[in-house]
Parts: sequence; C-alpha cells; structure tokens
Amino acid sequence: MSTTAVAVANRKSLRFYDTTVGKKAVMAVSGIILFGFVLAHMAGNLQIYEGPEKLNGYAKLLRAMPAALWGARLTLLLMVLLHIWSSVKLALLNKLEARPTGYVRHKNQSASYAARTMYWSGPIILCFVIYHLMEFTWGVGGTPYLEGNVYANVVAGFKVLPVSAFYILSMILLGMHLSHGLSSLFRSLGFDHPRYTPVIKRLAVAISTIIVIGNISIPISVLAGWVK
Amino acid sequence: MALDAKSPGGPIESRWDRARFEMKLVNPANKRKHTIIVVGTGLAGASAAASLGELGYKVKSFCFQDSPRRAHSIAAQGGINAAKNYPNDGDSVFRLFYDTVKGGDFRARESNVYRLAHNSVSIIDQCVAQGVPFAREYGGTLSNRSFGGAQVSRTFYARGQTGQQLLLGAYQALERQVEAGQVEMFPRREMLDLVVIDGAARGIVTRNLVTGQLEHHVADAVVLGTGGYGNVYYLSTNAKGSNCTAIWRAHKRGAYFANPCFTQIHPTCIPVSGDYQSKLTLMSESLRNDGRIWVPKTPGDKRRPEAIPEQDRDYYLEQKYPSFGNLVPRDVASRNAKLVCDQGRGVGPGGLGVYLDLSDAIRRLGEDKIRERYGNLFEMYERITGDDPYKTPMRIYPAIHYTMGGLWVDYYLMSTIPGLFVIGEANFSDHGANRLGASALMQGLSDGYFILPYTVGNYLAQAKPAPADLSHPAFHEAEANVRSITERLMSIEGSRSVDSFHRELGKIVWDNCGMSRNAHDLERAIGKIRELRQEYWQNVRVLGAADDLNQSLEKAGRVADFFELSELMCRDALERNESCGGHFREEYQTPDGEARRNDDEFSYVAAWQYQGDGAPHALHKEPLEFEYVHPSQRSYK
Amino acid sequence: MKLILHIWRQKNAASAGRMVRYEAGDLNADMSMLEALDVLNERLIEKGEEPVAFEHDCREGICGSCGFMINGVAHGPQRLTTTCQLTLRHFKDGDELYLEPWRAKAFPVLKDLIVDRSAFDRIIAAGGYISVPTGSAPDGNAIPVPKDKADRAMDAAACIGCGACVAACPNAAAALFTGAKITHLGLLPQGEPERHERALNMVAQWNLEGFGSCTNLGECEAACPKGIRLEVIAHMNRDYLAASCRRR
Repeated sequence: MSTTAVAVANRKSLRFYDTTVGKKAVMAVSGIILFGFVLAHMAGNLQIYEGPEKLNGYAKLLRAMPAALWGARLTLLLMVLLHIWSSVKLALLNKLEARPTGYVRHKNQSASYAARTMYWSGPIILCFVIYHLMEFTWGVGGTPYLEGNVYANVVAGFKVLPVSAFYILSMILLGMHLSHGLSSLFRSLGFDHPRYTPVIKRLAVAISTIIVIGNISIPISVLAGWVK
Repeated sequence: MALDAKSPGGPIESRWDRARFEMKLVNPANKRKHTIIVVGTGLAGASAAASLGELGYKVKSFCFQDSPRRAHSIAAQGGINAAKNYPNDGDSVFRLFYDTVKGGDFRARESNVYRLAHNSVSIIDQCVAQGVPFAREYGGTLSNRSFGGAQVSRTFYARGQTGQQLLLGAYQALERQVEAGQVEMFPRREMLDLVVIDGAARGIVTRNLVTGQLEHHVADAVVLGTGGYGNVYYLSTNAKGSNCTAIWRAHKRGAYFANPCFTQIHPTCIPVSGDYQSKLTLMSESLRNDGRIWVPKTPGDKRRPEAIPEQDRDYYLEQKYPSFGNLVPRDVASRNAKLVCDQGRGVGPGGLGVYLDLSDAIRRLGEDKIRERYGNLFEMYERITGDDPYKTPMRIYPAIHYTMGGLWVDYYLMSTIPGLFVIGEANFSDHGANRLGASALMQGLSDGYFILPYTVGNYLAQAKPAPADLSHPAFHEAEANVRSITERLMSIEGSRSVDSFHRELGKIVWDNCGMSRNAHDLERAIGKIRELRQEYWQNVRVLGAADDLNQSLEKAGRVADFFELSELMCRDALERNESCGGHFREEYQTPDGEARRNDDEFSYVAAWQYQGDGAPHALHKEPLEFEYVHPSQRSYK
Repeated sequence: MKLILHIWRQKNAASAGRMVRYEAGDLNADMSMLEALDVLNERLIEKGEEPVAFEHDCREGICGSCGFMINGVAHGPQRLTTTCQLTLRHFKDGDELYLEPWRAKAFPVLKDLIVDRSAFDRIIAAGGYISVPTGSAPDGNAIPVPKDKADRAMDAAACIGCGACVAACPNAAAALFTGAKITHLGLLPQGEPERHERALNMVAQWNLEGFGSCTNLGECEAACPKGIRLEVIAHMNRDYLAASCRRR
C-alpha cells in the first residue's frame, strides 16, 4: 500500500470521538447539561431561605418521582463520566504527549487564570461532588445526618467550619471553571462572532459569579447564624 | 549552434493555437511511465508540477526551503495582470501584448509575449476557482486596479499579498497531487548539478540539506523553475535563499544564458539604513497610484518633509513626464530617483532616498480608504523604519528586484539542452529588457499552468527518451563534480565568512552593473570580481560538517556561482552598446538623459555559451523581429 | 547596543541540546532580530565556532520561514510581527534574551533553532485545497462572491504557516493553522462542494501528526503574526461537527 493510501486509511479510521475536536464537543455538550444541573440545584437550594418546610417539601417532591429522579441521576452520571473521560484523554495528550520537551522560558499572552487552571479546578470539583454526595445524600460525610430532613442536615453540616470552608473554596473553583467553560463551549461547538462572543464572555463571568454567590451564601448564612 | 526560437509563423493571434494543434501528444496510458523532475516550487514550479501531476505524469518536485509554500513568489505584493477587460476600459489581449512588448523596450520575443497575454485570462479563472481570495466589489465581482504604469485597470489583487495567495493556490494544487500520489515532494533539497545523458537532460544531483547526503534522481525531462539571480547584488528584495545555482550549473552543462545584464531595479523600496543590513524590503508599487514622489528643490534641505512648503518641493516625475507622472515604468522611475539623489537632493540618512507622499490621497479619500488599500504596507513601513506613514511621507529608494535575464528557451520553453525546460523568472523569455509591474506572477503561472504541460508532452512524444537509470556513469560524474566543489569549499579553512565575500561582491556589481553602467566601470568590475573570486577560493571559511545541516556550506556554493555569473553579467552589459530598459549605459543616452536604444545593431537576444572554466563565454544571437509592435522610442512624457 | 543571548544549540535531530550564553555586541536598534543573529554568527565564525542555525528566507514577514521563541513568546514581544521584522528597538541595551526553537512533538528540532514543520504540509495535503484541475475553471466572474465573505476568506488566508500558533499554544495544538485554511476555503462558494470532507480530513491529519487539542486559551491568536482570529477555530469546529453528523 502506498504511503498516501496509508494516510487516507488512517484518517478514515478516526471516528468523531477519536479526534480532539470531537472530544471537545463531547465536553461542551456534557458541560452544558451539567451546568443546567448546577443552575437548577442552586435554585432548589436557595429555598432554604424560605424555611425548613419549603426545602424539605421540595426534597420530598423530588423523591416522589423516582423515575424522573433516577433518570436525571443516571443522565448526570453519564455526563460526568463523558466530561471526565474526554478531559482526561485530552489532558494526557496535551500535557504528556504533544510537547515532550518544554520551554526554558514560557510566557502566556492571553490565557486567563481560570482557563489555564481547568485541569486543577475540574478534579477538585469532582472531589467536592463526591464529598457533597457523601455528606447530604448518603449521610456518610461525618456530619449529623437525618434521613428526609435536608434543612437540618445542611445547617448541621455547614456549622462545621472546615466543611464550609471546603464548600466555599469548591464553589469558587466551580465559578472559575464555569467562567471559562461557559464561553469556551460556544467555540467548541462552532460559534464565534465578533459581536456576540465578547457578550457571551461577559455573560459567562456574570452567571458564574451569580452561581458562586448564590451557593456560598448558604454556608455563610449558616455560619453567621442567619439560617438556623 | 544556431539559435532557433521555433516561433510558429502566421497571424500572431493564432500562433499558440496552431502550435498546440501541431504538438505531439502522449497517450494517457503512457503518461504514468514518464517521470518529470520539477525543481523549484514558486508560482511556475508549483503550478507546473501540479498540472503535470494532474495529467498523469510521475512528478518529482524539489525545493530548498522546508516547505514548497515558502518559495519567493510568496513575497510579491501588488497584483497580477490579465486582459479581462472587466472594467470596460478598453483593454484587450492585444493591448496587454502591446504594452508588455513596449514596456520591455523591444527586447522580448513577440510570439511569447502574445501567448502570455492570451493566457492571462485563463490564469484568473483558474486562480479564482482554486479559492484565491481576490479583492471584490460589493456586487461580488472581481475588483481591478491600475498598476505600474498601465493606463487600463487590468491588475487583479489580494490586498498587498497577491503573490502569497496565488502561490498558496498553486501550493495547494501541488499538495493535492502529493496526496493523490502523483507528485513526490522533496523539500530541503538543493539541486547541485544537472545530469545530461546522450545530450539530453535526464536527471539531477541534489544535496539533502538536513543530512548532507547527495542524492540522484533520474527522469525523462527536467524542469527548472528556480527563480532569478537578483541576490548576486547581495542587497536585493529577493529572499535570502534565492540563488542562481540550479540555472548556473545547468548553464555549465550546456544551457545558454540569455541577457544576464537585464536586471530590474524596483523604484519603491525602503532605503538602506546601515551596513549590517541583510536585505531590502519592497513596498508595492501600487503605492505610486495614490502617492506623489518628490524631493526638496534645493540640495541639502534638511527640513522635516511636513515643514517643506509646496513651492520648495520638486515633484520631478510629474514635471518631467506629465502624461504618466508618478506611474512611469520602473526603470524610468528608478533612474530618476538616482538622478535627483546624485544631485544631492536625496533625503534621509546617507541622502539615498526620495519621498513617496500619500498625504494628498489621504486628504482626498480619507484615512480609512487608504488604510483599506495600503494598510499592511504602511504597517510594514512603520515596523521597519519606526515612522508612521499616515503622518509623514515615506522614504523610498530603488533596489534590485527582478532579473529579466535567465536561461535561454525557445517558444516551447526548452533550453538549448533537449529535455531541459526552464520556466518563470529562471528563463529569459517574456519581459525583454524591463518587466512591467504585475507581469511576473502572470508569467510564472502562464508557464506552469498553461504552456509547460503541453510542451513537455510534445517533447516526450517526439524524443521518446530511452530508458535510463541511476547506474549511468553520468550520475557518478555529476556527483563527483558536486563532491569536489563541496570538499574544496570545506578544505579552504580561510579567515573570512561567506557573507563577507557576498557583501563585497554585491557592492561591486551594484556600483558597476546596477542602475547605470559604463564601459570603463564594467571592465574594472570584471577585474575586481576575478580578484575577489580568487581570494574567495583561498580564504573563505566554512565551518561545520558536509554531512550535516550546514547553512554556511549552502551559502558558500551559491556565492561561488554568483561570482561566475556576475562576471558574465558585466560582460553582457559591456557587449550591449545601447541603453534599453533596465540596462542603462551612460554612453548611450539622449540629450535629456533618456535611454537610447540601438535597434539596428542590438535587436537581439544575447545567449551565452559556457566553454569551460577560465575560457571566455561564446556569444550567440537570436535576432528579434517585430511584426506587430514597431519599435519606437518609449515616451512617457 | 549589546544583548545577552541564551540560545538553544543542538547539533542535529538525534543529539541532545542545551542553552548556551552569548554576548552579542555591535548591535543597533534599527537591526532586526535576525540581523542581530547575523552579527553574532560573523563573530562566531571569526572565532572558529559553528554559527547558530536558524531558518529564514524572505525577511519581510511573508514566507513564514523564520520564528523562534524570544523570552517565552513566539516571534517576540511585538504583536503582529514575525521575528525577521522585529527590530531591536523593542529591547534595551544589555537585555537578556532566551531564544528557543518551537517546541512540539510534531515539530522535531533539526538543529539549533530550526524545526521540521512538514506536518503542516501534510495537513494541507489532507484536504486544504479546492479540487480544480488546471483548465477546468469557469470565468472568474461567473460566481459572485459577496465582498464581506471574500474579505473574511482573505483574513483567514493570510496565514503564513510559520508555526507560531503551535509554539505558543500550551497544548501545542494546530487548531489555528488548520482552522485558518478550513475557514478560508469554506467561506468561498468555490470551496463549498468539499467543505465537509475537507474539515474531516484536515482535522484527522492534524490529530494524526501528534499535535495537542484546542482548549480555547487564545494564546495562538495572540502569537499569530498575521492576526488570524480564533473565529477560524469555531468555523473549523462547526464544519467538522456538521460533517460528522452527515458522515456515512
């Protein structure tokens, strides 16, 4: 077989998910869905300010629809796996393979701190999610846990300072992760426009900030004693 | 050997059609049995290799750069001419032909030039179809501008990067054939000798510039599209790597070298700023469309240009040539710049510069329009000089830019060695003694896309080259020749760098065989060149190894050839006792300082035959006949 | 003017390299970076040391031959400028500069500051063209192209293939280079028939060459001497995704 034919065959053998562009698209789509969850989850949590009945009622409502709940959970799990799988594959390529010899000097010109730290913020957020599930879903996080009483669990959990601190830190990292991810995903999916892209970038930062503020307001309120 | 240009007779409009009809064809099934070597991947080489590949020949393409896309055609800024007459301003194939013959000062072959004008139309179509992003009007049609002294708007352009875009078009077509397996690409290879077997070109010896290995390649025909030799002057607008080695070594194997003294000085380059300078940068001559050229009226006027009032400025081109003004042909514009500088009215450091002032145009059209037209040129100027052309006039000075001379070829672009074809700037054919702006790109693509693919087939069908292989003694002989040159250069171990010799040689040639020449200086220059050449072979220092990537060694071989070529240039300039186009002999001028041609004695192509090292070249003449454009004194007044 | 230059010296592709310190004197502010190296090389030759090998050709910013990292920035500190056009005006007397070759698995170092960029040629060969055999073109004005599209195609086509985008990218991705060609040809009606096939093949070849992936950091855009915008990467992604959906 000629070298040309080999090259053609090699290219043809690359499927969508084998390519970097395909993996970035997978990452973008899974990211959008996870972002939707983050947004909904925050909206649900903020009901804490309306008192225990409201929040516990909301939790009960979710559990009353096991099919929907498990559908959502499995979808989210799948998205998390896809998001991690594609990012790990790309990270291995980018960090280990694509540039075997690094520079003696290297200076970034444009990449933001958030963009450059995606590989750090991502895994830390994953650790957080696992602990978050342990604490409030499975009740094995080491903080007081009462089945069905979300409100009490939250208040008791966040009264523990290290837990709150870890939560706050994780939320800030999540905000950073989103501030890059939310605008980057548009380009990964093929959208960039001189008029709208700057707007999208600003919106991404604004939305990420809202999410950070919304989420960290809860442990702060608990620690400050506003929510008891 | 009698020089037969093989121009077909008959009405000029139908000569190319007739020639094409009379050419022999290679059966499609037989094409793949023929290997063709194409050296050089500029507009001519890349378009030829791609087109030959498309036809089904096996093509081997060579370039010394790391990629075919880097060939120096890429640096052409202004545009490409074509007789499309889209602007409806009276252009036609005949008018382009007429302008080109006249612009070349009646030293080009009519048949070739007519064919060039004829092909120009197809070139634009081809390039548009390839995706060359030519400038367009709001309605979506192609945009044209007037360029370099033409009185019709026939120049197509892609911002200030026309050469780049056309070359990328040809390069992409070439890569398509590489992908298809029709063309095998050999980058970072320098052709160091031509292999001639039984009187026909049958192969080349190349040096792999990464490993230093000498490699042999056999073929049924060899095509050289290796560009011009402007770097003989050291300082030129050519790329640093541009060289004459391929054509010179082919010349030493028997290809005649035509009109070596016809070199073109481009009027609008950024002036030299110091001794360290390694090359000159051209500013597209399209700037002359909107720019006005002037110097102070009084010598030694040191005021800032903005401070010099209108009445103290001398718009010398507008004064002297009212009908063409700033758009006179390149040779005329260059010579006049030299004239005013010789009078002590030059501007900038060293007094070697004139102003190119766009402030009128900025006032008339607004800064935005000017930015759209010349933005990238202005940026480049500012980057190099630190001056902002929107605020202060640019300084320009002429520089060597193009060489009209080159290997002699017949109408079929074949040299005096059967099977050796020469295309683009490497041949001598279409521009006579002076090339018009936006014609070089046209010629390169005309040769590569629309002439060579036919004429190579014609040659193969008739010559029916016998099988040859690498075991032929001619290959060993050529390799031994190359090896001995390399070994000699490496073994001198003198004290001066190759560049220092090149710089000195360039100055000799520029001072004596540059913008104006005279017999006395030319004779002296020949002596100086010989002396320097002798020193070169005793005192040059080439470090590193021959079997490794070695840029000094690459340069050393090229400069060795420049030495030999520069002597021939002076010899040719000395022999041509007339002024024509870029060749201005001070002894032959009209009372008001214009070039005076001598059609009775010099209406010929001077083709020089190499007769061995040390032996004088033999001159052969190809008489030029003008049936359609009658020689007249060019007048741009 | 004087500069302290730390330059990567490497004999050939097979050997290891290291940074070597040179003091380059006799410079002046109007010189280009490459002319400064010319001056240094003259001195090295005088001393009998092998000159520094670096790639260069047109020295007017269009051929794309030159380029190396200058203090960690591809083509040095001035934006929209290739190394050959970077004058020493941008440095101060006595400045210390680190000159390193482009680094990427797909761009192996051949010698000193010279790298092998043939991967770019193979990406173009994979589909960076419009298939139009010589002679088969319709009249140039047969297909009108809206001016804004022609202009945007030209913006993307301005790429000189120097490799600075890869060098500057923390992931050594070839996204800007590949995207520029896909955008240039994809915007034009002439390029439409092969638009999807082109995106699939060029992206695949980029990946096969061992470049990294785009993570939308924008370093390439900042380093590009021709001002190619990140938009071309979005265009490439769009064409690639659409092509993947239609793929049979």
